[in-house]
This record gives sequence, C-alpha cells and structure tokens, in this order.
Amino acid sequence: MGAALPVVRALRGFLPERAILHEEEDTRPYECDGLTAYRQLPMVVALPETEEQVRRILETCSSMKIPVVPRGAGTGLSGGALPPGDGVLLSMAKFMRVLRIDPLARLAVVQPGVRNAVVSELAAPFGLYYAPDPSSQIACTIGGNVAENSGGVHCLKYGLTLHNVLGVRGLTIDGEPLQLGGEAPDAPGYDLLALAVGSEVMLFVVTEVTLKLLPKPQCARVIMASFDDVEKAGAAVADVIAAGIVPAGLEMMDRPATRAVEQFVQAGYDLEAAAILLCESDGTPEEVEDEIARMKTVLQRGGATRMTVSRDEDERLRFWSGRKSAFPAVGRISPDYYCMDGTIPRKGLGEVLRFIAAMEKKYGLRCPNVFHAGDGNLHPLILFDANNADELHRTELFAAEVLEKCVEVGGTITGEHGVGVEKINQMCVQFRPAELELFHAVKRAFDPHGLLNPGKAVPTLARCAEYGRMRVHGGQLPHPELPRF
Amino acid sequence: MIESFAKSIRDAAARGRALRLRGGGTKDFYGNALRGDVLDTRGHAGIVTYEPTELVVTARCGTLLSDLEKTLDENHQCLPFEPPHFGTGATLGGCVAAGLSGPRRASAGALRDFVLGVKLIDGRGQPLSFGGQVMKNVAGYDVSRLVAGSLGTLGLIAEVSLKLVPKPQAETSLRLEAPQARALELMNRWAGQPLAITATAWHDGELSVRLSGSDAGVRAAVAKIGGAALDASFWNGIREQSAPFFSGTEPLWRLSVPSTSPPLELQGEPLIEWHGALRWLKSTDDAKKIRDMARRVKGHATLFRAADKTPGCFSPLEPVLERVHRQLKSAFDPAGIFNPGRMYPEL
Repeated sequence: MGAALPVVRALRGFLPERAILHEEEDTRPYECDGLTAYRQLPMVVALPETEEQVRRILETCSSMKIPVVPRGAGTGLSGGALPPGDGVLLSMAKFMRVLRIDPLARLAVVQPGVRNAVVSELAAPFGLYYAPDPSSQIACTIGGNVAENSGGVHCLKYGLTLHNVLGVRGLTIDGEPLQLGGEAPDAPGYDLLALAVGSEVMLFVVTEVTLKLLPKPQCARVIMASFDDVEKAGAAVADVIAAGIVPAGLEMMDRPATRAVEQFVQAGYDLEAAAILLCESDGTPEEVEDEIARMKTVLQRGGATRMTVSRDEDERLRFWSGRKSAFPAVGRISPDYYCMDGTIPRKGLGEVLRFIAAMEKKYGLRCPNVFHAGDGNLHPLILFDANNADELHRTELFAAEVLEKCVEVGGTITGEHGVGVEKINQMCVQFRPAELELFHAVKRAFDPHGLLNPGKAVPTLARCAEYGRMRVHGGQLPHPELPRF
Repeated sequence: MIESFAKSIRDAAARGRALRLRGGGTKDFYGNALRGDVLDTRGHAGIVTYEPTELVVTARCGTLLSDLEKTLDENHQCLPFEPPHFGTGATLGGCVAAGLSGPRRASAGALRDFVLGVKLIDGRGQPLSFGGQVMKNVAGYDVSRLVAGSLGTLGLIAEVSLKLVPKPQAETSLRLEAPQARALELMNRWAGQPLAITATAWHDGELSVRLSGSDAGVRAAVAKIGGAALDASFWNGIREQSAPFFSGTEPLWRLSVPSTSPPLELQGEPLIEWHGALRWLKSTDDAKKIRDMARRVKGHATLFRAADKTPGCFSPLEPVLERVHRQLKSAFDPAGIFNPGRMYPEL
C-alpha cells in the first residue's frame, strides 16, 4: 500500500474519496478485462465523473510519470484494459450521459461510458439507429468501441466503428484538450480521427464521441441455409457477393458451434448441417422480398441442403440470438474457451479451416468456429481448461499458429478485438521493424513519455527479436533482417 | 520501380531537396503553392490483384483512375466514394493523396472509409506496408487512412487496396423547385428516412436528387420524393466541376459544415451538396470573413480554387493538433522533403 500513497494523496486533492480505490478488496474487480487469462491488480483505480477531473488525473499522472490505463466496461477480449501494477486504472464508467440526439442531423453525442445498445434504443423513436453491433453490445461502451474499432454482424454493409464515428473529443496525457472530426465532414489536416479509432487508447483519452445514426430499415429477414460441407458454405458466400448482393449480415457457424449454441438458446439451427449460413436482407418490404429471392437462388445453386427464411421479427431475432450468444454458449460446454479474431481474404477460408482442423489434432483440443463470413473475420474458439497448465499452454500455441496462418494467407491477426497484450507477439509476424518503429513514433506524437496504456498494442523490437528466437523453425528465422540483441 | 522511387527519395533526403510527388497533375490546383523537383509516379501502374468476389482491388499509384473504373465497371462494381478526376490523367495515387470524394459521399462514405491498406515509401526511402486487403483489421494504427488526404506530405503512396461495392441495379435522378432553406430541410429529412438517396445538390432554387439501389427501392423513393426527371449526366458535371456553376474566375471556396446549418450569410453564389454538409461558394468575400462564418457553425473552409492563395488553402489547426501534425510529419518524413507547404506551411 505504501507505493500507492503519493499518487493517492495527489488525487485526493481534487477527487472525492469514493472516486479513488486503492484497497485490494476494491481494486480486485478491475484486475482483468474480458481476457481473464491476464490479471494484474492496479495500484489505484480512479473513477472520475467530469472531464475536468479526467484532465487533472492525467495532468497529475503525467507530472508524476505514472502510467494510466483507461477502461470502459471491461468487455474487451485482448487485454487492452489490463491494469498497470504501478499506475492508475482510469475507469470511464461514470461517463454515462447521452448528451444530445439530433434526429434531423442524424447524430448522437455521447459520453464514452454509454453502452452501445443504449444509443440505438434512444434513437429508435426517431426511426434511427447506431449500426455497429458487437455481440457484447448490451454491456460494452462506446468509448471501448472507439478504442477497438469494434465491428459486429452487420459490418459488410454498414461498416465498423470507424465508419460510424463522426468525431471525438479527448485529452492528451498532459491534459490538453483536442477535437478530431466533428459534425462537419472531412476535417482539415491529417485524418487523426482514423488514427484514434482502433488505437486501443494508446494516443489520448476520449471524453466525448459524436456518432452517426442511420435510418432504420423498414424490415429485415434472414435466411438460414444448411450445407453438408464447410467449404461449400464458404464458396456460397463468394457466390452471393459475385451476384452483386451485399447482405446486411452474412455469418457462418460450423456444426460444433451450432450444437453448442442450440443447447444454450434453442435458436432452431439445423444440427445435421456441417455448417450453416445466416444471410440477412434489409430495406423496404419490396427490396427485402426481392433480395431474399435472389439470395435463395444463389445459395440453392451453391449446394444449400436446407433453407429457412425468418417469417417474422421474433424468428429473425431468434436466428441471430444463437449467433450472438455463441461465446457464452461455448463457455457452457467447456471450462474455458479462447476466442481468436483473425481476418482473411474470403478465398482463403477453406485453407484456414483445414489448417484449424489439423491444429485440433496436433494440440488435442477442440475448436468450434464462428465466422463473420461476409468480411472474412474468423472467431475460432479453442476449448480448454485453465486449471490444466499444459492445456493453457497448448491453447496459446494453437492460437499463435492460427493467427500466423491468417497473416500467411494475406490476412491479419486481429479483425475487431485488438492486439492488447494478447496478440503482441503476432504483431512481430505481421509487421516489419520499420513499420513497428513508425507505430512507436505515431504514439510519441501524442504521448511523448509513453505513459498511456504502456506495453500494449505495439511490441518493442527487442520483444520481437526475443519472440523470433522462440519460434525458429528448421534453423530459419522468420525475419532475418531483425536486429538480434 | 519501388527501388527507383526509394533511391530518388534517399538522394533528395540526403541533399535536403524538396520532392513534388505527382501523378497526372490533375490536382496541381489543389492546396498551397507547389515546390520541389517532380517525382513522377505514373510509371508504377497497373492493377495488382482484383477478385470481384472479395470486393477488394489493389492497384499501383500510377494506375489511371479511368482505367481502374473501367475494369470495375466491367465487373459491375465501383468505387463507392465516386472520386472526382479533374482531368483524364488522374491517377489512383493522386486520388488517394488528395482524399476527395464525390456526390455519393454523404450516403456511401468518404474515400478514407474505403481505404484498406497502402504500401508507402517514407522519407527515408523505406517501403512500408500498412493495413491489408481485408475489411476488418485493427492490427497497428490505421496509417493507411492517415495518409489518405495527406496531399503526399507523409510519403509516396505506391500501392493502395480499396473496398468496392456492387453497382446499383437501378438509378434515376429527379429535380424539384425549392428555396435554399427548404431544400436544406428536405435533404436532411430524407437522409433520415430509409430512402435510396445517393446524392443531393441544390443550386439557384433547384434541388436535384439521385436515387440508386434495387428497382423496388428506387421506385418507392421516386414516389415519395416526386419532381421531374433529371439526366444522370448532371452528377458528372458536379463531380468534375464542369457544370456552369464552376466556371468563372472568382475564388471557389469549399465549406464543410454540419448538414443542418442554415443558409450561410456570405456574399457570393452557393452550390450545396451532401445533404447540406458541403457548400461550394464562389465569392470574392474576405477569407477571414468566410472562415469565421464556417467556424461559427462548427465547420471549416477550404480555398479550393483561386489564383491568389495568400490566405492559405486550409483552415488553420488548433495549437495541440498543429504540434501533433508536425511530429507525425517528422516521423514519416524527417528531412521534410515531401510536398513541403502544400497542406500547411509548417508541414
């Protein structure tokens, strides 16, 4: 506790006692985010309620050279909000106000602690909604969504967080205010808003977000199509795109995933199918009818063995409920699961799925797959028992191999969950030293002393050299050009 | 070709000589005064990969925008942001560096929204790769979108990957009579409804609307909006600034404002796009007055075309942002050789 005292004393100068947690019983709930494999007790948790308090916390920490890690709802899956053992965890949970909904301008101005689903609920009376819908949308916050550039199941047609954020306001680590983007399009200068979204809070702390609202489609229907072969289902996805259709949602689940889900939510999935596709159309009733008919024809030709079209909104939501609860459902059939997040060009799907199947054998672990098929974002879920140290170790190796395979087929190690602490080694595989150096320089442009979320998202070159040594295969280093220390 | 670019860049950096990165030169008019020895990017041309079912194209910087669009068109796909060419020689690299979007921007998104990855040569002559060819990618900072619209001040954009969309099944355009305030209200109201609107423009009492999408969607929107049929070539005239409004010698301002801002009380002739968010203004009014007005409604004003660019083409940055800009510039281009001063004097 002794170590906490100077910063606690400093924070007490402007924060009420209830906004400072430093006893273990109070800080324990903050020791991890959604990636529970990594835990660290924060030295102090600060719970500010005003932007001025955030500014003073940052100013204080900056002058004392104490690291700061911001946190929203803690639902992140890559350890991005893993606390600093020697610093302040800055909880933005009290920033829960929706400041303005402007139906004519089609935008909402919200504080970062507002939950994702709340925005659409409040916009609904105006016939509007906020498009990005990550599976955790009832819990995750807009601030977290901005940090991770969260996606969801409707990204192919409606984009990611970055396509739906008009502007952010925030504070640098030194407490200086900045405004990026805004209600007017195309802000002058460099597109710093693009850097900010998905930056994993490495650059500055977001205190206010302006979101784009879209008109709610009049109706939506979803086709559930069964396939007797996973690769056929993958090919059918390409066929839909080739037919000039951009479905509102296009998701795939393999049989192990549908079986896990069905026990949990009874979504009505075809459990005999090797894979199912969920293809959604939205628009006017005429548009939807037309598009559903076209998609059915394409899927039929692509070898669908069974197709069911949602008859009403209840059934449509039931079909989606299975997909959206895939993670917790898998959590019920295994003591633990490890969710991956690679993205690949769709054409690499067959190759990657065969690779995953081979890895299941190699490591003796099961791995159901859910897949944002429309945009190539895979979420293989490795099932393991964390109490078994060897299983945990095998899981990590399994995951690393799959992510590196994603890079090999032209994809990326993370589509929407972020690098955090989890995938920091794989960054060494995806990027070369000069690129990583530039990322560090980008961070320094905002945070010269590296106090904001230190050690996350971008590995040091020394770390990459170390990782390279660990994964030497057949005497061949993956990046011979890397300096070896 | 990459190696030859890299060598020119290393030489220029060593000698501290400015380089003017240039494709077809169709956007030479845009931004502040041009400086430096021309580094012509047109030799590095051609589509690298294009698989229509991936909805992604990767092409080299010198690829003619018209060639690229022709290939996409043959596959019933298009660049969703409808970029202006401003001349037959427009290249993909210049298009991305300028970061300009056309009439469809308000409904489909901006150029930067569709950039998935870039290969960039930085000011040290290092080839770097950011982003990729997939739609979801959060590994590392989004440098590819940062360089979109950076006017070549951060590096030579050697190759770009872009997300595509299928061409709409049906398209039709309409024209209605409406005074400016009423037109602004209509554009914003319609944009909040599930109508297949992909462009709006208002000029001199006439409101033009383009509808694109499925046959059923377009039919439903036509019934809702009404008005008389308008030839589709109208939008080309707006995008390419070949419409009569854009002729003349007065300075042309591009005011970017919240779409619901009322008619701006400025001297000169306006033309409005993007549901009210983009307001072109032909005006000889004082630059400070125009910028103050833009700032008052929380927007900004760019001196888009003018013989005299003394006031600076782009709205000045706040001090904190200016500092971040300078630091980013020196991270990418430590010798300060790429298009110096084209965006801001200090970059």
